Amino acid sequence: MSSTPSVSWFADIGLDDRARVGGKGASLGELTRAEIRVPPGFVVPTSAFETALRALDPAGEIRRTIMALSRENLSSIAAAAERIRQRIASAPLPNSLEIEIARAYGELCAGNAVLPVAVRSSATSEDSEDASFAGLQDTYLWICGEQAVLDHVRRCWASLYNTESLTYRLRLGLPEERVAMAVVVQRMVQPRTSGVMFTRSPTTGDRSTIVIEACWGLGSCLVGGEVTPDRVVVNKVTGDTGSRTISGKALRHVPDLARGGVRAEPVPNEMQTAPCISDDVIRELAAIGKAIERHYGRPQDIEWALADEPSGSTLYILQSRPETVWGARDTEPVAKPAASALDHVFATLGHRKS
Amino acid sequence: MESWWTDALQEGANSAPKGAASKKSPFPLPSELQTPPGAEGWEEMYPYFSRFRPEDDNRFWFYNSMHFPEPMSAFDSLSQEAPYAALGAVTTRIFVFPAALGIDYRVFNGRVYITGNPVLDPKEIERRLALFQKRAGHYYQNWSALYSDWQKRITDLIKRVDAIQVPQLPEFEDEEVVTKAKGIPQNHYLWENFNRLIEAYSIMWHHHFEFLMLGYGAYVVFFQYCKKVFPEIPDQTIARMVAGIEVLMFRPDDELKKLAKLAVTLGLESKFSETKSSAEILASLEQAGSAGKDWLAAFEKAREPWFNITMGDGLDHHHRSWNDDLTIPFAALVSYIAQIKARQSLERPTERLKQERDRIVAEYRQLLPTAEDKAAFDQMLGLCQLVFPFVEDHKFYCDHWFISRFYNKAREFGDLLVKQGLIEDREDFFHMQHTEAKQALTDIMVAWASGSAPVGGPHWKPIIARRKRIIEALKGWNAPPALGPMPEAIEDPALLMLWGITKETLERWAKASDGAGDGELKGFAAAPGVVEGVARVLLTSKEIGQIKDGEILVCPATSPSWGPVFNKIKAAVSDVGGTMSHAAIVAREYGLPAVVGAGQATKRIKTGQRIRVDGNQGIVTILD
Repeated sequence: MSSTPSVSWFADIGLDDRARVGGKGASLGELTRAEIRVPPGFVVPTSAFETALRALDPAGEIRRTIMALSRENLSSIAAAAERIRQRIASAPLPNSLEIEIARAYGELCAGNAVLPVAVRSSATSEDSEDASFAGLQDTYLWICGEQAVLDHVRRCWASLYNTESLTYRLRLGLPEERVAMAVVVQRMVQPRTSGVMFTRSPTTGDRSTIVIEACWGLGSCLVGGEVTPDRVVVNKVTGDTGSRTISGKALRHVPDLARGGVRAEPVPNEMQTAPCISDDVIRELAAIGKAIERHYGRPQDIEWALADEPSGSTLYILQSRPETVWGARDTEPVAKPAASALDHVFATLGHRKS
Repeated sequence: MESWWTDALQEGANSAPKGAASKKSPFPLPSELQTPPGAEGWEEMYPYFSRFRPEDDNRFWFYNSMHFPEPMSAFDSLSQEAPYAALGAVTTRIFVFPAALGIDYRVFNGRVYITGNPVLDPKEIERRLALFQKRAGHYYQNWSALYSDWQKRITDLIKRVDAIQVPQLPEFEDEEVVTKAKGIPQNHYLWENFNRLIEAYSIMWHHHFEFLMLGYGAYVVFFQYCKKVFPEIPDQTIARMVAGIEVLMFRPDDELKKLAKLAVTLGLESKFSETKSSAEILASLEQAGSAGKDWLAAFEKAREPWFNITMGDGLDHHHRSWNDDLTIPFAALVSYIAQIKARQSLERPTERLKQERDRIVAEYRQLLPTAEDKAAFDQMLGLCQLVFPFVEDHKFYCDHWFISRFYNKAREFGDLLVKQGLIEDREDFFHMQHTEAKQALTDIMVAWASGSAPVGGPHWKPIIARRKRIIEALKGWNAPPALGPMPEAIEDPALLMLWGITKETLERWAKASDGAGDGELKGFAAAPGVVEGVARVLLTSKEIGQIKDGEILVCPATSPSWGPVFNKIKAAVSDVGGTMSHAAIVAREYGLPAVVGAGQATKRIKTGQRIRVDGNQGIVTILD
């Protein structure tokens, strides 16, 4: 038996730890280290998953089964996925790991035994960019209490074997032994407003443009496309706001306090067409977006939340991923230096391609 | 005059639209225009070649309201002839711009409509480009040396205008004509000296455009590049990157601030009061001992050349300079002295502005995707910074200093005509075309020689009276912003920057001509920020004394003589202008939100109304 895999707090990890804590975990750690305000949390590393998997399946049967699947045969993939998920989700965690996670959760709670947390999958593969994994594994919001947390760690692991993930890996031919799952446990914030922020215009690819989208409540209803968000365009360099669209936001996601998780509810009439972020928040967000982009050295897609806390309303960054759509298109410079500055004038006024 | 270039560089934007003949244009055709009652016969005031021709119905024209906001008097025809002749010569004949010839202009009801002559044939563009590279290249490469030579040429030219003498036609010629065997009497100099005045005007315009189109060429290149690499970058932000901080345009206003400070330092502030005229203030300073003398000496020094700024764009003879009418500078002095007493800073924060500009440049540069882009960006921006001093400063030398002197010299010829009984008042001189003025001088020339009296009085007086009536009647004419077929697309950033003319502008104009209109005006986002406040509509800079602290200025367009108001207002709105127009540049300097090119702002907004100015999006909303 190998040594007990310990959990890692955000402040102790960074991008270099991707293999161990997954893309999401590494990114949250990196942000925390860059002094970006991220809700605190810890990561159950991939080694914990490996240990648990070995305990559950010492013969490596699960991975062999998957490698033997035909990527064309969707029904057998689905059936295998179901079996594996059941197996993982129902098996108890190794005892030492349970203790470790429970202790970390207790520390995070700081006295509140039912502090709500988000339990998020943070998958990793040596052969694939984290971005391409995004959305394939589960995230559970508003999880309260030690037992529920432990439960959802297992569910996250299990989600590595949902049909979509399996199909995806089979299609790309990713070797199973290199696929692993870390799990992020992060304090939940109860946001008045949430949203996304693109530090490069998603519509035009303009690098000097920040686009912020915002909705009432939790960001899940925006990411899930259930409401049309408010939208503000901010100039990254001057900080001036450009176009501003206030949408009718009829719906919001709020924590389901009775049953756990989130639920949708109608937004009171007077709030629907009211802007859900103020100029101050826009300014602060843009500054944070710039800081994150500068830290990573490339444009980012960011998820954020604005929470009302006793100390006042506070902005949190929940996630930051490198922008990939426009980044992939940048191959050629827009203009190349000419032998003389005048050549640019001759090219433009002479209608020549520079 | 900064916006002539946009037309010359527009590269086909104003060409007749393809296949648009069948579609009904929202704008009237030139042939459909009507003359208001009482203005019949206006054509006699302007030369025959400036009139619309039947084939002009097939071309798109727009009203140059920036330079000709009012019906022109006959003499002022010069202010199309000379500039358009100079601009076109530069682009068409001297530097051989590849894709643009000059500008055609037409006069109707005293208003000036213009359109560009693009070069569309790619082979012809190539042929012209070969020449352009060599010729423009010479100027760009030797820019700074050529520009300092230019400054000497233009100041010499102004001196030459000042030195022109209007012959006083003595009863007997000076004896020197005989003893020095000069052989040429004074009546000859009526012709020669008047010709020299007109020639100097023509030379000034050639100087004006000599560098200008090349300068704007550099801007266009940089603007186009920025738009390509940063598709959402606001024009105003690009303009901020090329802006110079210490340009001559700010100098007259800076001189006033210095004089205000000096007045306070010398303990003379009580002499300056809103209720006293400038003459009364000056008289009281004469009596104020050595302090008064010191101040007056500094004042006289500042006047030359800095008070030679006119209250308009410099094209219209009745836009007088600060030197001609001290009301504006003294109103500003009173206000600045009050601000000093209230411990408000008068300084333009030049250091902060420079740092902010440099930061914007550095951050945009940092955002460029490749090292090659950064190098190209440096080249293009470097060229803009090289041309910037001329582009900004020529306005002071040409449009203000020279032109105010020119019109004043013309007034001296007017005085002679009054003395000789041809006209009633020196200002009546401007109701003659310059060719007619020469005829009137000829009348005097021959009469003086023969010993008779000139016969021009009964001839000219009724003509001038009629023309004054016509001008009055023409003032009521609401000139359509554009004529002829709607162009399919206007994409050139050049048109955008100064004129504010885009496809959207045209559509807005078209809508406005329908009589539609809610409480919103769309213009150009010229300087960032959003504020609400009380509007003050001013039609000329003569009225700037009316403006109160914290009001929002709504005006047709601004020029340097409006400088003093920018310390008091909290936002600016203009009818005409683009991103590089005066109001836009100054508003950015002062950090005030501004919307320029808002079209009918001075007509639709009333003084006292609450309005919101959104300088980020270019929207003015009437709140009342």
